[in-house]
Amino acid sequence: MAEYQKPIPVPSPESEPFWQAARRHELSLPYCTACAAFFFYPRRFCPRCFSWDIEWRTCGGKGTLYTYAIQYRPQMIGFTPPYVTAIVQLEEGPRLMTTLIDVEPDPAVIKCDMPVEIAWQDVNEEIAMPLFRPAGGHT
Amino acid sequence: MSLKHKVAIVGADETDRIGIVPDMTPIMMHAEAARNALRDAGIDKSEVDAVFTADPNPMSGVQLCEYLGIQPTYVDNTMTGGSSFVIHVEHAAAAINAGLCSVALITHGETGFSGRRRRGAGGARGFDPSMPAAQFEMPFGVGGPPSIYCMAAMRHMHEYGTTHEHLAEIAVATRKWAQLNPRAFMRDPLTMDDVLSSRWIAYPFHIYDCCLVTDAGGAIVVVGADRARDAAKKPVWVLGSGEATTHMSLLNMPDLTQTPARYSGKRAFEMAGVSHNDIDVVEVYDSFTYTALVTIEELGFCQKGEGGPFLSNQRTAPGGDFPMNTNGGGLSYTHPGMYGMFILIEAVRQLRGECGERQVPNARLACVNGTGGTLSATGTLILGTD
Repeated sequence: MAEYQKPIPVPSPESEPFWQAARRHELSLPYCTACAAFFFYPRRFCPRCFSWDIEWRTCGGKGTLYTYAIQYRPQMIGFTPPYVTAIVQLEEGPRLMTTLIDVEPDPAVIKCDMPVEIAWQDVNEEIAMPLFRPAGGHT
Repeated sequence: MSLKHKVAIVGADETDRIGIVPDMTPIMMHAEAARNALRDAGIDKSEVDAVFTADPNPMSGVQLCEYLGIQPTYVDNTMTGGSSFVIHVEHAAAAINAGLCSVALITHGETGFSGRRRRGAGGARGFDPSMPAAQFEMPFGVGGPPSIYCMAAMRHMHEYGTTHEHLAEIAVATRKWAQLNPRAFMRDPLTMDDVLSSRWIAYPFHIYDCCLVTDAGGAIVVVGADRARDAAKKPVWVLGSGEATTHMSLLNMPDLTQTPARYSGKRAFEMAGVSHNDIDVVEVYDSFTYTALVTIEELGFCQKGEGGPFLSNQRTAPGGDFPMNTNGGGLSYTHPGMYGMFILIEAVRQLRGECGERQVPNARLACVNGTGGTLSATGTLILGTD
């Protein structure tokens, strides 16, 4: 595999549990016990109610395509156009920015609200990236 | 307490040259625009006691004051991206109304075109890697504004049936205004076919859905009511104002089809006590065709989701019944990076009747809306003349 050229996330103290779980290909998100709801991105407190009683819970990695775009210019180092950026609406509530893979970059086949599932990509020993692909379409 | 009719814009101007100006740095543009705006106002630099500006440098206000040789008693470098300078007008109005200052100078200067050549390409470098966007957005391939705004537009198209043609209408109409403006960067004729057959930047955006990248600077001068009545030119009164911030990154927008203009606009219209039908000319930030479309909806000029049909049939073009972005906009006039200053200046010029061929007849009331970040922070102003 060619050397990974894209930006590699640098975990912060409050996001470390997310990236540790990602290494095991688990999608773990912060959960507010007061609101009984997930939130994202990671903080030590809930941005809704400002409770600091936070847990980390594993999510299923399934959701729908909230929106997407086909990038025809190299908007970020290491990406070769055309590629598809997307925001995924997880079943558990939060949204994630991601890259949609295993799909033709064609608006005729990519539709908002279509079901998608997580597809982990190992970058190095430390980091695995939560990419997404159309649900059930590929192995 | 209301800021209605408490302050007026009495000076407004740009750098001598805009477009491609490789022999000027941003701070040189601040200074030249400040000189021109103060001259327009008939006010000497020595009278300025408040300075407002925005720039990526966190101490830009202090740096600018030193450079200009001003030692003000009030400084504000509130940075909300492209809406900054519109929001500064409200901040200046509040400060003047509180008796903290009397002559406010708001300046802008950017070399979006030439500076990029000097700096080289960006990528994720230069960002604090621990910030949320550097961990959870950029590594997935989003970068500059076109790669982000297009995803908001996509959701709008999905929910409301907005089409590429709706967006193209705005690009074409805005170009027609630019053709009437000798200072506009892009003045060649532009047709619907030209837009719809142009290359993709980031689907659903064609290149003509995206603003220019230019060099430019601008400045305005704001004073209290007493001083405004003695101004060199017809004062342009702040009749209503509002600002609002709802998020930083697109990922964290509560609803991808809504912008904070729904809040800043409501407050500005209520303060001014005018209705949408009273507005003669509309100047809204058009970083992209979609930015203008969604802003018109969010300001309440039409029902939510109907911005596409509402702005179609070249209704916003010269001679149409909804004159919008009459200088040619960020799409065709100029767009150095944070364009908000230029919608303000154009509103002032329209209300003073200085616009020559592109003058909207009898323009008495203008609505201005700046948008900054990724549809993150807006400032709305209702401006009017006596």
